Amino acid sequence: MGLSKLGEGETDLLDFITKLFGKEYKSKNIAKERLKLVLVHDRASISPQMLESLKLDLIKVISNYMVIDDENLEVSLDSSGNTVALVANIPVKGMKRTAG
Amino acid sequence: MGQVLVVTSGKGGVGKTTTTANIGTGLAAAGHKVVLIDTDIGLRNLDVVLGLENRIVFDIVDVVNGNCRLRQALIRDKRFEGLHLLPAAQTKDKTAVNPEQMLKLSAELKKEFDYIIIDCPAGIEQGFRNAIAGAEKAIVVTTPEVSAVRDADRIIGLLEAADLREPKLIINRIRPKMVRQGDMMSIDDIIDILAVDLLGIIPEDDMIVVTTNRGEAVVLDQNTRSGQAYRNIVRRILGEEVPIINLDEEEEGFFKKLRRIIGLK
Ligand SMILES: Nc1ncnc2c1ncn2[C@@H]1O[C@H](COP(=O)(O)OP(=O)(O)OP(=O)(O)O)[C@@H](O)[C@H]1O
Ligand SMILES: [Mg+2]
Repeated sequence: MGLSKLGEGETDLLDFITKLFGKEYKSKNIAKERLKLVLVHDRASISPQMLESLKLDLIKVISNYMVIDDENLEVSLDSSGNTVALVANIPVKGMKRTAG
Repeated sequence: MGQVLVVTSGKGGVGKTTTTANIGTGLAAAGHKVVLIDTDIGLRNLDVVLGLENRIVFDIVDVVNGNCRLRQALIRDKRFEGLHLLPAAQTKDKTAVNPEQMLKLSAELKKEFDYIIIDCPAGIEQGFRNAIAGAEKAIVVTTPEVSAVRDADRIIGLLEAADLREPKLIINRIRPKMVRQGDMMSIDDIIDILAVDLLGIIPEDDMIVVTTNRGEAVVLDQNTRSGQAYRNIVRRILGEEVPIINLDEEEEGFFKKLRRIIGLK
């Protein structure tokens, strides 16, 4: 932007004008918004180890009720837009008679 | 039994080593027995920050490999009898130590020291794993920048996954004028986003560079804000309730600075 060409007084004036136009022009608000957005996605990630142990736990619990195909079980975190969902696809081979 | 604290951040260069040195020196100045462990293997720093670089004989890798006794590797500080450093190895890499060895080391040191403070390397790889292995509490250092806060968030997640719950945050290099102008995220902004407890804030301060040049700790300097800020943090670690330093108070003027320089206080 060639700001370096401006003198001290001129940058002060620019500061003043920027302030007049208020909130959205303040760089800290931009920083905050960007940070919040990037964290929504960062926080939606799960380590492979954690995903693996979640899978094992799921298999353990569900196996109390039904016979599942644990080879083809898929679990993932889906973060699209601003929401995050745990998506699991668990093929069921059969039901247990003594479930409950 | 002593307490094991790790000072970590994710992002590099935000002030972990400076913080470790100052908290350690402050605790020792308050009469506690303290050992600082540099786990940044290959990028040894804490020794020069403390001004102890000329005294190193053995290092942490020597200790875990049994090349020397733990006692022999501990370097005593020039000023405080209670302050010791266990230096990192400079010529090895991070795989030269593993988390189990760190756990054993902390357990050993806890018997003798009140505070064991571990300076963590940047990153989330093995060096980080080593540094947190024996820790009971974590201090996360960040600066008011998007990238540093983002990395702090990631580190907080990893600490919690490793059962180091409720880490405490230090926000370093705050520039009050920029915060006032709305060009730097404020303490509240950052706490709001990270949702952790604040242990303290440190202003951007040239005196940190000056004292580090001399191998001294700013926490001992009675006339600087960053020194005051670090002393407050030390008191909080010792369980005192100390209000967060107000950086908006008038910054040091010319005459006050001059008086300080010529030694009139
Ligand atoms: N509040 C401050 N004001 C001015 N300078 C600072 C401040 N805090 C740290 N510094 C300077 O920033 C530099 C990096 O600090 P330091 O080495 O403590 O960071 P670090 O997190 O340990 O880095 P690394 O990730 O490389 O280990 C040093 O030169 C230090 O003197
Ligand atoms: Mg460091």
